[in-house]
Amino acid sequence: MSATDTPKRSMRTPLGRVRNLGAAHSGTSDFWRQRITGVAMTLLMIPVIVIVMMLLGRNQAGAAQILGSLPIAVILLLFIFASAWHMKIGMQVVIEDYIHNEKLKLVSIMLNNFFSIAVALASTYAILKLSSGV
Amino acid sequence: MVEFALPKNSKITGGKTWPKPVGATDVREFRVYRWNPDDGKNPSVDTYYVDTNDCGPMVLDGLIWIKNHIDPSLTFRRSCREGVCGSCAMNIDGQNTLACTRSMHDVKDGAVKINPLPHQPVVKDLVPDLTNFYAQYASVEPWLKTTSPTPQKEWRQSHEDREKLDGLYECILCACCSTSCPSYWWNSDRYLGPAALLQANRWVSDSRDEATGERLDNLEDPFRLYRCHTIMNCAKACPKGLNPAEAIAELKLKMVERQV
Repeated sequence: MSATDTPKRSMRTPLGRVRNLGAAHSGTSDFWRQRITGVAMTLLMIPVIVIVMMLLGRNQAGAAQILGSLPIAVILLLFIFASAWHMKIGMQVVIEDYIHNEKLKLVSIMLNNFFSIAVALASTYAILKLSSGV
Repeated sequence: MVEFALPKNSKITGGKTWPKPVGATDVREFRVYRWNPDDGKNPSVDTYYVDTNDCGPMVLDGLIWIKNHIDPSLTFRRSCREGVCGSCAMNIDGQNTLACTRSMHDVKDGAVKINPLPHQPVVKDLVPDLTNFYAQYASVEPWLKTTSPTPQKEWRQSHEDREKLDGLYECILCACCSTSCPSYWWNSDRYLGPAALLQANRWVSDSRDEATGERLDNLEDPFRLYRCHTIMNCAKACPKGLNPAEAIAELKLKMVERQV
């Protein structure tokens, strides 16, 4: 970048620009939750792979029978919960990194939240439906 | 969106090739970024040939030789020429480092390619505008903050506590780390960057300081601190062998520690 296209020339002092609106006093919760869900997914990965392999080639009745087991349903629900949350936080970080238009950023973060919640609820519904044999 | 291409007026065009020094037996090719704010032209890369028998072994020696013998208009910062002041930080052969401590013989494959520190406004040639970088350093308030009455002698510190500052206090603020960080490239208006955060951790880790919580409050922000994605370019670039990424990880750990 050359000096002639320095963005947002203003008369504000450099320190004033850096301090700007101050610290948000947040971010640690998301950072910590991303680690918790990451560790949870790592631990759940092998059981989930085993369950998926058990489900391969079975019809709906067979799948319902397997998912009717409480531990199996709980493992899948935990995996969905952890991965949807992890996905939401991770995608938000990418959006914040690369989208600099404030309006577009807010809309993208909103859509990201909606999408993650929708995926989590749809998956939860599917598992509960199968495991309850309805 | 983030801009992945250079703005139109920053695109590099072909530069001038200066003649080889007369009578020189050993020459080294230098390709140096040039930009003059006064002529309205785009940046270019000029090619120079340095007589290595007539100058010192470092890249900075080569630049000074060019300035003295070929082109006095070549502009760069330098001062201590021994890796202490951090003035001559620039991008040499694709790596941010100090020109005074990088030997031109360590640069393999032909020409020594020199550019200013990446992604900063350029003042002229190899001189970047580090105003924002210094303001970020000032924002972490890099001085001892206490409320207890000042002791008659010095603020005392155990040897063990003093050792905790090793790997932090040595930073010379050359900006090699911050300007090598992609996260800093995209968000340097809000992300403090590796150098300022390493300095922040230096004061957070100081046993004599009484404003640790206040300092952490000031850093707890999705952009100021949490833009660090452990890319580790900072640790690779640091000419003093420090590890800003580790310092940032320590800050994050302290943030979690006071919540969990």
